[in-house]
Amino acid sequence: MGRWAIAVHGGAGIDPNLPVERQEQAKQLLTRCLNLGIAALRSNVSAIDVVELVVRELETDPLFNSGRGSALTENGTVEMEASIMDGTKRRCGAVSGITTVKNPISLARLVMDKSPHSYLAFSGAEDFARKQGVETVDNDYFVTEDNVGMLKLAKEANSILFDYRVPLIGCAGAAVNDSPLQMNGLPISIYAPETVGCVVVDKEGRCAAGTSTGGLMNKMMGRIGDSPLIGAGTYASELCGVSCTGEGEAIIRSTLARDVSAVMEYKGVGLQEAVDYVIKHRLDEGFAGLIAVSNKGEVVCGFNSNGMFRGCATEDGFMEVAMWE
Amino acid sequence: MVGWAIALHGGAGDIPIDLPDERRIPRETALRHCLDLGVSALKSGRHPLDVTELVVRELENHPDFNAGKGSVLTTQGTVEMEASIMDGKTKRCGAVSGLTTVVNPVSVARLVMEKTPHIYLGFDGAEAFARAHGVETVESSHFLDYTAPTPKLPEVSGDSQIGTVGCVAVDSAGNLASATSTGGYVNKMVGRIGDTPVIGAGTYANHLCAVSATGKGEYIIRATVAREVAALMEYKGLSLTEAAAYAVEQSGPTGCCGLVAVSVNGEVAMPYNTTGMFRACATEDGYTEKLVRALGVFAGGVFLMRSYGDLMAV
Repeated sequence: MGRWAIAVHGGAGIDPNLPVERQEQAKQLLTRCLNLGIAALRSNVSAIDVVELVVRELETDPLFNSGRGSALTENGTVEMEASIMDGTKRRCGAVSGITTVKNPISLARLVMDKSPHSYLAFSGAEDFARKQGVETVDNDYFVTEDNVGMLKLAKEANSILFDYRVPLIGCAGAAVNDSPLQMNGLPISIYAPETVGCVVVDKEGRCAAGTSTGGLMNKMMGRIGDSPLIGAGTYASELCGVSCTGEGEAIIRSTLARDVSAVMEYKGVGLQEAVDYVIKHRLDEGFAGLIAVSNKGEVVCGFNSNGMFRGCATEDGFMEVAMWE
Repeated sequence: MVGWAIALHGGAGDIPIDLPDERRIPRETALRHCLDLGVSALKSGRHPLDVTELVVRELENHPDFNAGKGSVLTTQGTVEMEASIMDGKTKRCGAVSGLTTVVNPVSVARLVMEKTPHIYLGFDGAEAFARAHGVETVESSHFLDYTAPTPKLPEVSGDSQIGTVGCVAVDSAGNLASATSTGGYVNKMVGRIGDTPVIGAGTYANHLCAVSATGKGEYIIRATVAREVAALMEYKGLSLTEAAAYAVEQSGPTGCCGLVAVSVNGEVAMPYNTTGMFRACATEDGYTEKLVRALGVFAGGVFLMRSYGDLMAV
């Protein structure tokens, strides 16, 4: 009989000038979600069920970039994606291009459990959702005023940048830029990734992971990031469960989530060492973070970005919610 | 100084041993033709990204493979194509899903890699992007006209994985690339995405190797097959051959996948756990005499074979 552990995240890469009340709201949300997960784990709910219920909570709350409160596409609409993986037998489900389903993580779960496939997207995923009778709403439901404002700023920033890789520092557009930090080519005050995720190991030592997001602010229609890609944003095996967040392209090309498990499997190292290794060596110039649990009841967070919204707890009574180093 | 190497596939699956000539020969001829094109390109110093793209374009244009023209149909009788491409040295990559009118999906994947800050575009967004870049598009019916008659496999499993196409290549400077393209799974649900556009599953390349996988997408995704080959080489120090064989073996039950891979040292591996895999490869060094015994065309380092039962594999 093992020990349970859980971790949640609300994105890697935080604006150092983030208003204090926003920091507080974030911490409260993470705490609430952790407590939800802990209560479920204490009542012997399985890892995969805990992951789903915690991510649903994060999606429903408009604070982070998932479900309601998702970042907006270039057209001002919301296109969400999510994936979930059950470490036992490595079953997985993912969705992209979701526009009306209230909880994308649950749809991803249904893809895993109720369809012959692993990944459904756009109108096909929406049709499947209707056939499964999941709760759907109008796209407006997901759009918040905050994000409408952010989209405007993002468009202004982009119109100044000819090449998204060119830093804003020293450019005329510096006015938009309160801090010199950038992620994905945008000033961090606008970029605010805030993808959400949860990883859990239950008392039986079963690991599971889930990730959900609205994607990149001002993204091209149809852009798919790392969150729904098994091996990139999400991975779970018999040894661990991992959920990543940050610069999607960096996470994809480094198959970040998969690599944590691969390093454990093939180099025989423990969770902490595996996480440290992939964060240090796999990200090249990209910025990202991840949360991970092992089948031994350990929980680790790692990131090379400027902070990461995270919370973790173990059966021993350890609990922590943090943003910075 | 190692030489170049190239390998390509036209799908792994339950290819029946008694596949009639009229279904086998056109594919083998096409593979040979594509191999020749790839070899010429490598010999004239083209970068593996260009080589894999042009070979896969050629395979997409051939109606007997499940990619581009000849793509299998969804439950709605429509075509939804996907593809991806990856550069080993930089690990830059591009992927597309849900294309319905683009003649060469692999080229759109390349454009996503080179012309956007993103990696992966799908469906309407991908189609719009393709048009904005002036890529060749046709009426969807263009793809349907050439769809091969429904294969004779039992509908119980409902799978026809035959025909995803892919190509991997390495040049003498150690540049590596991989590209894969498909119409997906016959009778797939509209919107179903398989392993082909998922970086790490159907396609992967890094500084050590380039891999393109084919077979049952759902297994390839959960086993991150293409990434696995590279991970085994990196973390366990396995050779290309060992890593590729292990990745296929561990991917799932017998009959679920195959792959082609090249290493930075100019080696080739083409393992599969299905009945067969349409494949071809060539290396600058040529092959030793033992392969003369394999069935198929053999000519100075270039050979082509289908392997069932006891026939030799590379």
